[in-house]
Amino acid sequence: MKHAATLTVNGMAYPVELDGDTTLVRAIRDDIGLTGTKEGCDDCECGACMVMIDGRPVNSCTYLALQAVGSEVTTVEGLADGETLSSLQSAFLDQGGVQCGFCTPGMLVSAHALLRENADPTDEEVRLALGGNLCRCTGYAKIASAVMQAAKASV
Amino acid sequence: MGDVAFHTATTVDEALELLGDGSDARVVAGGSDLIVQARHGKSLPGTVIAIHRIDALRSLTAGDDLVVGALTSHATLCADPAVRSTWTAIADASALVGSHATRNVGTLGGNVMNASPAMETGGPLIVLGASVTLRSAAGDREVAIEELWTGPGKTSAKPGEICVAITVPAQPAHTGSAYVRLEYRRAMEIAIVGASACVTLDDDGNVTAAKVALTALAPTIIRSAAAEAAIIGTDGHDDALDAVAAGASADAKPISDLRANEDYRRAMAGVIAKRAVAVAAQRARGEEFPIPATPVFMKGSGR
Repeated sequence: MKHAATLTVNGMAYPVELDGDTTLVRAIRDDIGLTGTKEGCDDCECGACMVMIDGRPVNSCTYLALQAVGSEVTTVEGLADGETLSSLQSAFLDQGGVQCGFCTPGMLVSAHALLRENADPTDEEVRLALGGNLCRCTGYAKIASAVMQAAKASV
Repeated sequence: MGDVAFHTATTVDEALELLGDGSDARVVAGGSDLIVQARHGKSLPGTVIAIHRIDALRSLTAGDDLVVGALTSHATLCADPAVRSTWTAIADASALVGSHATRNVGTLGGNVMNASPAMETGGPLIVLGASVTLRSAAGDREVAIEELWTGPGKTSAKPGEICVAITVPAQPAHTGSAYVRLEYRRAMEIAIVGASACVTLDDDGNVTAAKVALTALAPTIIRSAAAEAAIIGTDGHDDALDAVAAGASADAKPISDLRANEDYRRAMAGVIAKRAVAVAAQRARGEEFPIPATPVFMKGSGR
């Protein structure tokens, strides 16, 4: 059963027609065409699908798309200012916090949400905040360093 | 996936009307249980009713009693000063649920109605004496939390009922509570075993009342009468704690699965129950203990 709706993603309103059981990650990728958000485990374990709903991180694989109607969704594409990377994104490049890249959008969204709430986190706070994001390349040390670099740059 | 009708309710009455007799409809709050289950073969009903916009169910009121609207998130619970100071075991538990993303969408009502014997918040609600309010077209009824769960994923709620609130009573002076979990990792973990305790002391520091609950050690979360009997009337120190451990292991009814075998779970039931009682007693004495009470082990961690 298709339901006509409007999803607001990165400040843009997208008219969509969705099934009642379409997950948010599928709507973002298939209906809206923003493919930065990844579908990894599709089981609420890996965090590759992390987006923000009204500023708070949520696993979009386990959230019904139609539940996001009326909310502001932010994906990894919404973190940069046009072609200019955020300081967090630049720090990932500086520190080598990207290997295969599949987990990177989710890591960036989780880290972005952390730094908005806590501009000067400890290394332990960074690791706890990224606890819901798996990196199969096990590049965690450089990812954590990147978040610490971005935090230091902003303080 | 495909042929599912979707509605968003903004009041409980609207949700109840859409739910009807509940035979082919279910409510969804955060979705973190329902959608995962749908992917594991438990198909979605014909109609999904989203209740996450019912603002009236998001209230958290700490008066004498703590009244938790069913949609209160774990993130809200584990940060709330009153929950942390008076109903501390709930904060211990909510702080361990999933990851930050899970805690943002996961609700106490959803947790309770999903009825997993491994749920974090269930043991704390038992030892603190909580009840749930179930609403249907016929009105409200109050169910003691221990009478709500009837098996893994099963509750005594009727299909047309919606959980609207969880009430946790005021606690006596010199009372402390704690939830401790055995885990292989911190995030996105399911308890291998867990234990909750609530301990009340008299002015001399002797235990006058105690409740102990075991998580992931039986088809539902259960009380351990043997662990409780072992601590009541003592000063809550070493010999009594060893007897708590023996009692909890004896009362546990564990299974073997991919996370742990039966023998390991039974042995750890004692270890974890002893830790939970020790922390609850410390808090009852007015001593600070970090929340969550389960330490996180990582590089640079001081605990």
